[in-house]
Amino acid sequence: MDDLYRQMIVERHKHPLHRGELPHVDFEFEDENPFCGDHLHVMVQVDENNIITDAKFDGSGCAISTASADILMEYVIGKPLDVVKGMDKEELLDLMGIEFGPVRLKCALLSLKVLKGAVYGLEEGE
Amino acid sequence: MAWDAARLRDDFPALAREVRPGVPLVYLDSAATALIARPVLEAMADFETRHRANIHRGVHTLAEEATALYEQARADIAALIHAPDPREIIFTRNATEAINLVARTWGQANLKAGDTVLLTEMEHHANLVPWQMLAQEKGIHLEFIPVTGEYLLDLDAMQRLLETTRPKLVGVMQVSNVLGTVNPVREIIAAARAVGAVTLVDGAQAVPHMAVDVQAIGADFYAFSGHKMFGPTGIGVLWGRAQLLEAMPPFLGGGDMIRSVSLRSFKTNDIPYKFEAGTPAIAQAIGLGAAARYLQEIGMENVEAHSRALVDETINRLAAVPQVRLFGPGTGRQLASVSFTIDGLHPHDISQVLDTRGAAVRAGHHCAMPLHTRFGLPASTRASFSLYNQREEIDVLIQGILLAIDLFL
Repeated sequence: MDDLYRQMIVERHKHPLHRGELPHVDFEFEDENPFCGDHLHVMVQVDENNIITDAKFDGSGCAISTASADILMEYVIGKPLDVVKGMDKEELLDLMGIEFGPVRLKCALLSLKVLKGAVYGLEEGE
Repeated sequence: MAWDAARLRDDFPALAREVRPGVPLVYLDSAATALIARPVLEAMADFETRHRANIHRGVHTLAEEATALYEQARADIAALIHAPDPREIIFTRNATEAINLVARTWGQANLKAGDTVLLTEMEHHANLVPWQMLAQEKGIHLEFIPVTGEYLLDLDAMQRLLETTRPKLVGVMQVSNVLGTVNPVREIIAAARAVGAVTLVDGAQAVPHMAVDVQAIGADFYAFSGHKMFGPTGIGVLWGRAQLLEAMPPFLGGGDMIRSVSLRSFKTNDIPYKFEAGTPAIAQAIGLGAAARYLQEIGMENVEAHSRALVDETINRLAAVPQVRLFGPGTGRQLASVSFTIDGLHPHDISQVLDTRGAAVRAGHHCAMPLHTRFGLPASTRASFSLYNQREEIDVLIQGILLAIDLFL
């Protein structure tokens, strides 16, 4: 629709695959984008080798921040924590496959910001 | 003057543009910033091209002309809001600076630890944060008139708060920039004055939409912004009673606000110059004067009737969309703004879909986070109307909202 939100983004927003709670949470973080009122909570579970075995999110946000969180969770499951720590924003934007203006870029990147808050938070807690 | 919609639209050059090829602009964000009127642009261009000089200083022809234009603007603005004396019109950058001026000068001089300032839960951040800053510095208390479930100020609660907290200052917005609620400021001011409070009205959303008579309202201070009333950005107004202004310490220090200066001291100038340090936004003030004359010519009664008709029709049509939750007191009680939410649909997505149809609306908390928090909302979408809007634009709004619902829900 008008090149604005590709079908994939709309679908992810309507039917996210990784939204919900985790029975066991190894680390988590939440943050918000006060400008738009988006609130995101990310939960991650790892195995003994610090490989991410499951990741989920909840909170409230726009279609772009919701789709971004869902895509990001899917992407990091099965990856080592160190890889997640090294992720940059271009990697996430490539996954989403959409060009964003400066305002919506914040929506698109909130999930990565919160996920990084979580994985770096674990390190400090150890 | 008869209402001539086509001529009016022609007075706003931005309406001639398309947002993208084939998509005309449907500007529904005037509560954030209204479009600028052609007579305003012409007045500013005339100053910059023919009369540009500093004011209140030179004795040459251009300086005298510039000073006369600047002071004429002050008089025209005084006339628009029925201020008894143009000396009571102080030029600021915007309504925010006007309120900060009151907090920093009157507040600094007159408030002490333990004193109460009474505001409302629906205030714009501009009428919250300056008082919060003063509260942190001086230990004053802030209290708030609650907003009812019907999106109106709770006047019974206000009466109790006035009697129990005995506020030194009461600050209230005349028209809510989110709810569109028109507050009964005369009644509120009368009640506040009865307990000896000084009163301040944030008129940023009122002056562009309705006849304002500061004497009839009875307030001590009245603040508003130029860019919301078809003037330029960077100019706003604080009106205050001369007696109060004269007793207040100055705001910023520098040229123009002094009568005389020695190396170690200064004597302040008379009002309003006492509060206008340094070279002011001369062209912008002249532009704002032109905006005031423009509104007077059209007639504020006409402007208000037009705004109310568009707002009421929008409310009625939105109410017919089952997914829409209106965020305001309803027809007959709102001016300028219609805010709403749709469960499961973020205001940013609504706004982005509307933008593809050329419609500019505001998405977010509209600088009123506490009001949104009061109703458990992170954000809302706001369509705001002005004298240049027309009924056809409501069609674009409604169709865009239906499209967003279809796409995302």
